[in-house]
This record gives sequence, structure tokens and C-alpha cells, in this order.
Amino acid sequence: MIKKLVNPLDLSIQEYQHLFETGKTIYESPQNFTQLANSKILATLFYEPSTRTRMSFESAMFRLGGKVLSMADTSSSSVAKGESLADTIKTISNYVDIIVIRHPKDGSAEVAVKYSSVPVINAGDGAHHHPTQTLTDLFTLYMYRGKVSNNSFGFCGDLKYGRTVHSLITTLARYPEVNYYLISPEELQLPQHIKNSVLEVNPKATFNETSQMEEVLPNLDVLYMTRIQRERFFNEDDYLRLKDTFILDKNKVNMMKKDALIMHPLPRVSEITYEVDDDPRAIYFEQAKLGMYIRMALISLMLGLNTNR
Amino acid sequence: MSDSELKVEKITRGIVIDHIKVGNGLKIFNKLNLGELGKAIALLINVPSSKMGRKDIIKISDVLDLDLAMLVLIDPDITLDYIDEGKVIKKIKLELPNTVRGLLKCRNARCITSAESYLESIFYLVDSSSRTYCCHYCDEFLKV
Ligand SMILES: [Zn+2]
Repeated sequence: MIKKLVNPLDLSIQEYQHLFETGKTIYESPQNFTQLANSKILATLFYEPSTRTRMSFESAMFRLGGKVLSMADTSSSSVAKGESLADTIKTISNYVDIIVIRHPKDGSAEVAVKYSSVPVINAGDGAHHHPTQTLTDLFTLYMYRGKVSNNSFGFCGDLKYGRTVHSLITTLARYPEVNYYLISPEELQLPQHIKNSVLEVNPKATFNETSQMEEVLPNLDVLYMTRIQRERFFNEDDYLRLKDTFILDKNKVNMMKKDALIMHPLPRVSEITYEVDDDPRAIYFEQAKLGMYIRMALISLMLGLNTNR
Repeated sequence: MSDSELKVEKITRGIVIDHIKVGNGLKIFNKLNLGELGKAIALLINVPSSKMGRKDIIKISDVLDLDLAMLVLIDPDITLDYIDEGKVIKKIKLELPNTVRGLLKCRNARCITSAESYLESIFYLVDSSSRTYCCHYCDEFLKV
């Protein structure tokens, strides 16, 4: 049984595969799972707001027939009165069967694991990890392609600070035949240490870096778009100049393979124009939906529930 | 008075912490609380050395358990000579420990260890040649 998910690499490839298969079964026949977590309670402890992630988990638990306890606004709870994270977790793990935590500090989820008597899922610990986003991304590939390997992946946007991108890139490294196309402004290139950790796991992985999207679009099987945030730039001019270069519009999409996939962790700001949404290759809203189903699979397996009935 | 005239007697039984970089002698003395051991101890500072030019040396007149992790984190190049009946019976070259608990502090301002003070810091050695450790909680690298 999986007792914690803090880092995407906490799960083996086999565990991912098992989750994908379970997620697919639930997706195809959700009516068979509406009572699975009947007597179970999930807690969502969000120390910073992330409405879509919290709702995805809560919806997943409700669809399994389970119940959800949510910590009210942390500014008015015991947390605001100075209670330590350790004490909060020790107490709340008495009340529930599984904990989902989001917290602004790096490493906070590992602390929750240390003090919890029930399984813990990290829903984002600062700039560190967000493993259920990675799980969602891989599950989306599995559902559309039937497998994760043998793909040319384009990553576009803020590759320097983007936690989602780092997690996905390092997790993909465990699959064979992975080629990375890194599309970003020079200021926001993928850090060398991430490349090193990829090559350690997968010496055959290739990196192709560019600041011109058009150069690589025809090569891609998957394009993973991300936001470029204003606060990453020292001056407004640089931001405005660069942000427009990394916008995906209809013209650029037309350069892509007919069966390519366009993904995005959402929320989108302006990096994908709305006209692209209708293109069958744009699957980011379906990706968000699949995220809920794979969370149903994850919660079931971490609660030790029998999904084979 | 020239350097060579300053003599400290050889110890017959005990530990000599040798090849300490100048300046680290006092630091080791303080961090390991050597002054509170109730043993005869010599702290030699700025001693001429053929290998190092100058070095510090600490002589302790008893064989006791030293905090080797702390020692190697302060100064990786020191050697330990264990002495009995006036002779060196064992020489130790220190190695960086694989796990260090409580001694190091994470430099990542966003690390949970900076917010929750009761947490004991835990670091894992990732590369001994560059003396790099990694924070158990946030994965931030730290060179020691
Ligand atoms: Zn840390």
C-alpha cells in the first residue's frame, strides 16, 4: 500500500502503471465506485489557496462515496494561534483516514508524513513538489497514447522556476526513448541540475534548447505549455517582449503534427489563445478532468480499498 | 622568542588532532566543549608545519569519544592520532558522514525547517568530492 506521496519519484513505474490502470477503470465505469470509500474521511489542509486542486481532491472523494473535512481559512484557525504543523497533523490524523496538504513552505509535506498516523498526499509544498499534477500529466498521456514512453516532449514557458515542469521532466526520464525540446527565454532556461538528474537516470535522453517555438513545433508529439509570470522579470519591458514570443496561437498550432497533444497544468493566463481551445489537439480541460479520476484511483489505493470488483 | 622554542610535552596516552587549518583550532575547541572535559588539553595555534606552512594542533590527555561528524564538518583535512604508551597506535583520516542530523542549517528561506523550529535538520551526503549535502525536507544543496 502507498503510505505517502510527497515527491513524484516516491512511486515506482509499476505503481504508476497500477494507478493508470485503476484510473482508467474508474473513468470508464464511475458508477461502480460510488460507494467504495463509504465510511472514509479525507481532510484537505490548505495553508494557501488553490481552489482547483482542492476541489479536484474533494470531488474525487465525494465521487467515491467518501466524506471530506476541510480546514477553514488558516488565518482564523488554530494555525493562526501559532500551533505547529506537527501538532496540527498529529491531531487531525486522529479524525480522518487520509490527509491532503498544501503548504507554502518547501518540505512541509514531508513533515506532515513524519507526524501523521494516516496516509498523506502532498498537494503542493512551496516551490518543491506537486506530485498529483505530475500524476495527472502522465495519466493523460496514458489515456491518449496508451503509454508514456517513445515521445518527443516540448516544454514551453518558465522552465527555470516551474515546479510542474521540473517534476514532469524528471519523472519522464524513467521511461525509455524520451526527447526533450525546451522552449523558453534565455532568462528562464531549465536549470542544469535538472538536466543532470535526468541524464543520471536516462543517459540517452536528449535536450534541444531554443527560444523560437516555431523551430521545433513540427517535431513534437506533446507540447506542454506553462505560464510566464510577471514577477520573474526585473522590468516590465522584458516581460512584455518575452511573454508574446511564447504564446501559442492558431498559426503555430497549424505547424504541429496532426496527432500532437497540447497540454497545460492550468490556470492559463494568455499563453494559449482561446481560438486554440477548439482544436482537437488541445486537451488541457480534459487533462483537468482526468486529474480528478486519477486522484480517485490514488485515494482508493492509499486507503487500501479494493478497486477490483 | 622563535617558534621553535615553544614546546609542549608529548602525551603518553590520548588523542592528537593534527593538521587543523589555522583558525579552526579554537573553533573545534569551543564546538566540542573541550574545555569542560576536565582533562589536560593543549591548544596550539599557528604552529609551523612542513606540509601546511602553519597549522593548529589540539592534544587531549585521554582517549575519549569525539564527535567525528562535527570535526569533519568544521575541517575536513584534519587527522586524528590515537596515542598509547607514547606511541601512535592508530591514525584516522576523517570522512564525511552520509547523514548529518541537527548540525547543519538549511539555507533555503522557504524551507519548512526555517518556520518550524522544533524540527531537527537532516542532511544527506550527495557528493563527497564537492562536499555537498542535500536537505531531507526541501532538497536544497548545501556545501560544507
Ligand atoms: Zn531545507
